[in-house]
Amino acid sequence: MLEFMEGSHAVAEIVKRCRPQVIAAYPITPQTHIVEDLAQMVANCEIDAEYITVESEFSALSACLGASAAGSRVYSATTSQGLALMFEVCFNAAGMRQPIVMTIANRSLGAPLSIWNDQQDSISLRDSGWLQFYAEDNQEAADLHMIAYKVCEDHDILLPAFVCFDGFILTHTYEPVALPSQEEVDAYLPAFSPYQRLDAADPLSLGMYATPEYYMEFRYEVDRAMQRAKQAFIKAGREFGERFGRDYSGLVEGYRLEDADTALVAMGSICGTAKDAIDEMREHGRKVGLLNIRVFRPFPAQEIADALKDVSTVAVLDKNISLGNGGAVGIEVKTALYGSGISVYDYIIALGGRDVRKRDIVAVVDLAEKGEGDIFYGLRTEVL
Amino acid sequence: MAEVEQGCELFSAGHRACGGCGPALAARLLLKATGKNVIIAAATGCMEVFSTPYPETAWGVPWIHSLFENPAAVASGIEAALKRQGRTEKVVCIGGDGSTLDIGVLCISGAFERGHDITYICYDNEAYMNTGIQRSGATPYGASTTTSPVGACSLGNPRPKKDMPAILAAHGAPYVATASIAYPNDFMKKVERAINTPGPCYIQVHTPCCTGWGFEAGETLNMAKLAIETGLWVNYEMVDGVVEKAKKVSRKPVEEYLQKQKRFRHLFKPARRDDVIAQIQAIADANAERFGIDIKRKESSE
Amino acid sequence: MALRVGCAAAPGRSLENKTGAWRVFKPVFDPENCTKCGMCALVCPEGCVHETEEGTFEPDLDYCKGCGLCVETCPKKSIRMEKEEK
Repeated sequence: MLEFMEGSHAVAEIVKRCRPQVIAAYPITPQTHIVEDLAQMVANCEIDAEYITVESEFSALSACLGASAAGSRVYSATTSQGLALMFEVCFNAAGMRQPIVMTIANRSLGAPLSIWNDQQDSISLRDSGWLQFYAEDNQEAADLHMIAYKVCEDHDILLPAFVCFDGFILTHTYEPVALPSQEEVDAYLPAFSPYQRLDAADPLSLGMYATPEYYMEFRYEVDRAMQRAKQAFIKAGREFGERFGRDYSGLVEGYRLEDADTALVAMGSICGTAKDAIDEMREHGRKVGLLNIRVFRPFPAQEIADALKDVSTVAVLDKNISLGNGGAVGIEVKTALYGSGISVYDYIIALGGRDVRKRDIVAVVDLAEKGEGDIFYGLRTEVL
Repeated sequence: MAEVEQGCELFSAGHRACGGCGPALAARLLLKATGKNVIIAAATGCMEVFSTPYPETAWGVPWIHSLFENPAAVASGIEAALKRQGRTEKVVCIGGDGSTLDIGVLCISGAFERGHDITYICYDNEAYMNTGIQRSGATPYGASTTTSPVGACSLGNPRPKKDMPAILAAHGAPYVATASIAYPNDFMKKVERAINTPGPCYIQVHTPCCTGWGFEAGETLNMAKLAIETGLWVNYEMVDGVVEKAKKVSRKPVEEYLQKQKRFRHLFKPARRDDVIAQIQAIADANAERFGIDIKRKESSE
Repeated sequence: MALRVGCAAAPGRSLENKTGAWRVFKPVFDPENCTKCGMCALVCPEGCVHETEEGTFEPDLDYCKGCGLCVETCPKKSIRMEKEEK
């Protein structure tokens, strides 16, 4: 049954059903509605969780790490400046193999300060060892949290995950969402069974330091777990489809790519706009398709290469920039398509919440087909 | 297993602390006081580094190290998890003075303000020792460290010790204490009291560092005792913010303490700096006044 | 041996590292003058001073670093440091 609700509320409702035992979060626009909803649920005894009103995001993730290590399922949410403040803890949590699930309500990074959406925050942590999933709409945002817990807590994986959805565009908009029942979630996601935990009955020292003799091998192990996460996601996504009727067995998802000459590549809510623009372009006989990257880490290089192999032009929409070298998704897609002969163009677009309309998507396709790319799209040159 | 062979040593030998290490002794005494039913959240620092080079851990109890500045936040999460799971282990943080008084202030303040049932032990060797003896907020006035060195225009650290016990008492901590490895049974009793007092409790234990302060390894406990006897370190307890039971001494002049440590050598060589020694004496006098540590003779006119 | 997830280890592993090799001086205990107060065992940073069957104390030379805290602490001065001949 579909209910019309705000994206943040959908996420809070799903997180509740995932039964976290400890929630530690610090408020930051545009994530606030999630943590406020969860606080109200705790206050009403609707969730059996400790809610720690931490004094910073750094402490939020540190507290989650401690609680997870002690054997509890945990949850946090953040964005932008808050995620940046967690930078150190992010690397630490992945290295300590704690299956923390954290919502990222994607928002641009200052300076200059901006509360509006782009994907710079989570993308800037792509080296950290966290899995990264990007939701196209609020239904996906909700569903991906369940899948995230399942993948992360797999004893072969044991990595934390960002579930990313665009700030304001998704967090604060109302869409119809199907919420599964508690029983259905419990059947899909059983109680947390930690691989190891801090326990006086079976003591262990966790987070020792590694000399050059060992450090590389520990990092190799994390990378291998990341690689295994691809299959784990596919498996969890397929099972999700079987139970709930919405299939997530693809690390990427093609839209009208089968006979496309030009393909857009994007992540998140912009895919929704792109699909509508593609439908219109198709009506005019233009063979355009979209590749939606749902799982950005681990990076699905092979899946991208396979999906785009018959395309001649690729236009990557980057809601981020790796300053000094173009958009991060563009860089990684170019690497995946290296040697293929496909022309790949990167468009820095929609930074800091600048609106993207269907006509902008069409304009990008026009530019790509003309061979004009690797630019900032839509710069207001009059203010420069 | 191994720790059974050693009697009840929950902190195993084979760790890589310097011979005569004050913090190593504090770690051993801490675990004697807590027993097995404890979870330790440790900060990066000397104690963490000398006790856990993978895979040689000295800890016989559950122990976690995350980062330099966050044991109090990690402990907040552990405490919350244990509460939910209905478990009884005590949660104890341990960090050096650098971690506790400086970089970790954010996390410790938040944890204490929220009132988590944790105990925080700060082992105070008065500088960032693990990284090579740099100045911290706990470095005493006039001490030479590598970042507050004596030089042509410097007489060492220009600031007094940050009063962390008072700061945490101001957060409403029910029990705050200072201790010293010079009085090991006193330290262990205070640990026992802290872990059995509900709410956030704090103990700052003085742990002289032979390598960092510049004295012979065997002198560690003598140095700790002298710190107390000169009034530069006061052993006291605060219950609900009120000082109780400060250890009384027949006070010795600070010079007896200072002249035994290389970090204060510049106050004596190449020439005596009586002005700085007097300033340090004034700090000791102020401590004595504030905590009432002087054993009063019957005929005192005060 | 396989790496343990999270850079972790079980208790007791530090005992593999025999720090007795660090020593220059070693403590020599005199049980005749021992009052069995136990202070030496209490203050050893290595925890390697052990009680004998008679209730006196002796160092575990596998781990003793020769720091001398026991010497300084003994109220009877019944422990002395001796240069070790290797």
